[in-house]
Amino acid sequence: MEPVSTIEGRAIPFGRKNVDTDVIIPARWLKTISREGLGRGAFETVRAEPGNVFDDPANAGAPILVAGDNFGCGSSREHAAWALLDMGVKAVIAPSFSDIFSGNAFKNGILTVVLPQEQVDRLMEVAREQPITIDLETQTVTTPFQDRFPFEIDPFRKHCLAEGLDEVGLTMARGDAIAAYEARQSQAMAWYAQGTQAA
Amino acid sequence: MASRPRTLYEKIWDAHVVETRDDGTSLIYIDRHLVHEVTSPQAFEALRMAGRTVRRPDLTLAVPDHNLPTTARLDAAGQPLPIADPESAQQLAALERNAPEFGIRYIGATDAAQGIVHVVGPEQGFSLPGATIVCGDSHTAAHGGIGALAFGIGTSEVEHVLATQTLLLKRSKTLEIRVEGELAPGVTAKDLILHIIGVIGTAGGTGHVIEFRGPVFEAMSVESRLTVCNMAIEGGARSGLVAPDETTFAYLKGRPFAPQGALWDEAVEYWRSLRTDEGAVFDKSVVIDAADVQPTVTWGTSPEDVVAIGGTVPAPESFADPSKQDAARKSLDYMGLAPGTPMREVEVQNIFIGSCTNSRIEDLRAAADVLRGRHKADNVKWAIVVPGSGLVKAQAEAEGLDKVFIDAGLEWREPGCSACLGMNPDKVPAGERCASTSNRNFVGRQGPGARTHLVSPAMAAAAAVTGRLTDVRELAG
Ligand code: SF4
Repeated sequence: MEPVSTIEGRAIPFGRKNVDTDVIIPARWLKTISREGLGRGAFETVRAEPGNVFDDPANAGAPILVAGDNFGCGSSREHAAWALLDMGVKAVIAPSFSDIFSGNAFKNGILTVVLPQEQVDRLMEVAREQPITIDLETQTVTTPFQDRFPFEIDPFRKHCLAEGLDEVGLTMARGDAIAAYEARQSQAMAWYAQGTQAA
Repeated sequence: MASRPRTLYEKIWDAHVVETRDDGTSLIYIDRHLVHEVTSPQAFEALRMAGRTVRRPDLTLAVPDHNLPTTARLDAAGQPLPIADPESAQQLAALERNAPEFGIRYIGATDAAQGIVHVVGPEQGFSLPGATIVCGDSHTAAHGGIGALAFGIGTSEVEHVLATQTLLLKRSKTLEIRVEGELAPGVTAKDLILHIIGVIGTAGGTGHVIEFRGPVFEAMSVESRLTVCNMAIEGGARSGLVAPDETTFAYLKGRPFAPQGALWDEAVEYWRSLRTDEGAVFDKSVVIDAADVQPTVTWGTSPEDVVAIGGTVPAPESFADPSKQDAARKSLDYMGLAPGTPMREVEVQNIFIGSCTNSRIEDLRAAADVLRGRHKADNVKWAIVVPGSGLVKAQAEAEGLDKVFIDAGLEWREPGCSACLGMNPDKVPAGERCASTSNRNFVGRQGPGARTHLVSPAMAAAAAVTGRLTDVRELAG
């Protein structure tokens, strides 16, 4: 995955609370075979509303989404994170996230930033006119107006995002330990090591 | 360590720890990975994009099942027939492409061994006792019936297993479900697991791995144990287990991917040690009296909504928990049932005998025994029998079971998930009822608006004969 350092640019001032994964990507988009292209279905029902923030040309390609409380609740579909990625969103700022969604976002290299409601409100205001900057290293969100909001992040997640490490990559780095297990197992329990070679 | 008594789950877990981390999670080695067309495409795509390979393609087996139509797959000239739904066709084509590209053994749609992934694994001897088995599908729990630690995983985890043959996991708690006594005649493994879910509820096993213990499970065939463990997930548990024994070994011996010769003997010796030790402690224990179990049906839209066939549709007010009362009201509304209605008066228009819960040879024999010399009722519009695999189908045909079904007015289909879920052409029409041997009676599971009553194969056959939910014991003799 791409290492994350500074995410800077337009932020979509969405702000809605309790946005579930069905809103992020409706169920009819789940029968796909790719992680790509889901941006077309992202927020489909919201986009049907005239004057919605997603179709505002000023927000085209915006890397940040500002949302309300409990973002990403509902079904565990990982397609929600894939849809955001496909839209070009690299970070979501909200007062809170559903655990499953933030886990899925993290697995896909999307930064979820938790800030208090009044700071999120302030960012909603700024986002209508100006870009926002998220700096992972210093853990701060800043605006061109001297706003400076620090945020917390799990040190392990920070490390992974900063280095561009995904869970698969991290475990692959333990390849020696896995190989050692395989060597032990092929001695002691060789019947498991055979797999489809047995036939 | 070695002296402390351990449960079966702990023994399998301990044997698969690659390493344990400071935060208490462990990297667990995965012995067997089953892959089907629905949850794998994005995992393969991610590998491709990252330039990664499959670490152990030889421990991975791919087979299509969910999207396949169960009608004929070849035309008169022996050419594969096209799949009408473009999205289904696309998912199926992706697996057919990905498996060879990543060096994975693939059992294709027209292969004699094709079938539902959870039927194929044990049948091919790919699923083994004491193994860790995963698949991107929640009913992977089924393989616990042969004494494997088996559970469903999400697409990111499918990718993780493909690339590393491991998963990062936290140890589960253990739940013992001990069934004492003997099942009455006419009461099957399916009735028992429905009854158990009724007792513990759909959240009863959350965070736990269930071990099913006691004389009833010891006396069961492997097929029945697979049925029981298949539905452990409906009781909230990630997996279910039955300790492997001589019945298991006899079932597996000689199957294509099972070990052979001296290796087989060594394996069996090890598998015999896979029993919960005397004095081992479970986090939770539930005891059930087999004598309480009747032929069982569901009345609502959750697998815990069960009642004995002699019972009636419950009143929502009869539940203590207000949220359950609310859920019951919604269920009854969806199901179009009034409280107090005897279950035996509920008419059904559709019969589905199949799914990874009940599509093995023993299930088909049980259904055929009820249907032999009988005919389906006129109000039953659609009745299908869908074998779990091509091998089950061939065995059933060798025994003449297909004739019994056809003579009784049922359709005999090609193997696949079929009407278990509305993903392929086999669907139950909106507003109609189906007596189904599958595992989920969720809203819309068998098609939008479809009303599902979960039953055993014998009970589904009995319902076909009378056109209503029926106590199969009434038809006996
Ligand atoms: S038969 Fe049903 S439950 Fe089993 S794998 Fe297929 S869809 Fe899932």
